[in-house]
Amino acid sequence: MCAKLTKALDKSLWVFHVNSGSCNGCDIEILAALTPRYDAERFGVHLVGTPRHADVLLVTGPVTRDMEEKLKRIYEMTPDPKVVIAVGTCGVSGGVFHESYNLVGPIDRVIPVDIYVPGCPPRPEAIIDAVVKAWLKLERLRGEGGEQ
Amino acid sequence: MINLIYGIAGTFVLGVFAILFGLSVKGIDRKISARMQWRIGPPLRQPFRDVRKLLLKDNVLPDNAVPWIYNAAPIICLASLITILLFIPIGSIPAVLGSSGDIIVVLYLLIVPSIAIIVGGFSSGSPFASVGAQREMVLLISYELPLSMIIFTFAWAYSVLYPGIPALSFSTFEKYPIWNQFSPIGMFGVGIFLIIALLVTTAEMAKIPFDIPEAETEIAEGVFVEYSGRNFALFYLADAVKIVVLSAIIIAIFFPYNLSPWLSAYITLPHWLWYVVDVLFFMLKVVVLSIIAVTFLRTALARLKVDQIVRIYWFHLFIAGVAAMILIALDTMGVL
Ligand code: SF4
Repeated sequence: MCAKLTKALDKSLWVFHVNSGSCNGCDIEILAALTPRYDAERFGVHLVGTPRHADVLLVTGPVTRDMEEKLKRIYEMTPDPKVVIAVGTCGVSGGVFHESYNLVGPIDRVIPVDIYVPGCPPRPEAIIDAVVKAWLKLERLRGEGGEQ
Repeated sequence: MINLIYGIAGTFVLGVFAILFGLSVKGIDRKISARMQWRIGPPLRQPFRDVRKLLLKDNVLPDNAVPWIYNAAPIICLASLITILLFIPIGSIPAVLGSSGDIIVVLYLLIVPSIAIIVGGFSSGSPFASVGAQREMVLLISYELPLSMIIFTFAWAYSVLYPGIPALSFSTFEKYPIWNQFSPIGMFGVGIFLIIALLVTTAEMAKIPFDIPEAETEIAEGVFVEYSGRNFALFYLADAVKIVVLSAIIIAIFFPYNLSPWLSAYITLPHWLWYVVDVLFFMLKVVVLSIIAVTFLRTALARLKVDQIVRIYWFHLFIAGVAAMILIALDTMGVL
């Protein structure tokens, strides 16, 4: 399947946004990235309402106990090939909440993460950059597919 | 035999034309919508990329879906839309199946894509999809009334003005353009009907402000919530073809004009080139209509609630339609 990936995928990334327990700061920045001022649509980035349509999962925040199972399910619902982006310091390392009794931990302890965007919260430019760079991972998949 | 080959070849050519042209219209729509918001917007070929990407993705079949209905719905949706195009004249090319069906067939076939979406939504076994499918039904019931009002008023006017001709056939609309039949008062009625027809187009496309069946912020894309990969790509294509079909119907009823009868007095071109000119003119009309009916509205407005939409179609547009009907009827019978 990986060998079939073409350039079309790189330029048409549909994004699904999951909040796995963030303070909402990162989510506001993601919304800012979608506003006309930053115009993420010019790269073909498009926000979708269901993981079934998504190519990219934008996950924000540390994973709380409540969200662990749901996050796994959303990951499995997303059709392959897919990319997971952890947005915000919380998602990368736990951030200010790293000691909380209520956390499972950073996102990569629950689902595999491909791209990390640190910052508390990260700037919209950084988020758009991460989504556009998601094709790097897809390119790697393509390379592996070619070798097989 | 010749007819059969002509029919099959026509279906194929029209299908390819409608898909490619529909995707381009979608690209233009996204670009203009972006420009209205002072954005740069995606390139015109973005819809083609989206379709190619969707075809590469996994085609997920949910556990509690009804597989054969779930997989058949997108195909029926796209196929029925292309079938409608066979009954509508494109430019100066007569309809491929023009002799075997008229506007009534188109009216009935127009319901099939919506039914396919509803059935697909119910069969995908997701509560969001069920809510979306129910909303699609509400929408279908809402816009059917104003739409049939337009067509039957015109058909009645033709049958009074020209007794003995097939009043419901597209060729009649082409031979006697609707605007030329009436005095200014009747034309005002036709204008009201044109506005209603454009609003029906918006609802039929399920675009903002009438996009309740797939409202992504409240019911997670509604009817399409479980669709992915190839099946969703087919729905995407159906959406693109739909705008061509609906615009073609409006063009056939309200603007059946071609460039060739006017221009041929000034320029001489080979016979086949006039067909090309007329088809290009037809495409221009489709783009203009889609910008008015879809792009402007969806960029400028927000989503309406279910009850508001029903009220608009059953109350406001119904009253406007009755007024237009009375104007046209008075004009046709020569009372004014
Ligand atoms: S990284 Fe900062 S802004 Fe983002 S969720 Fe964590 S605390 Fe909030």
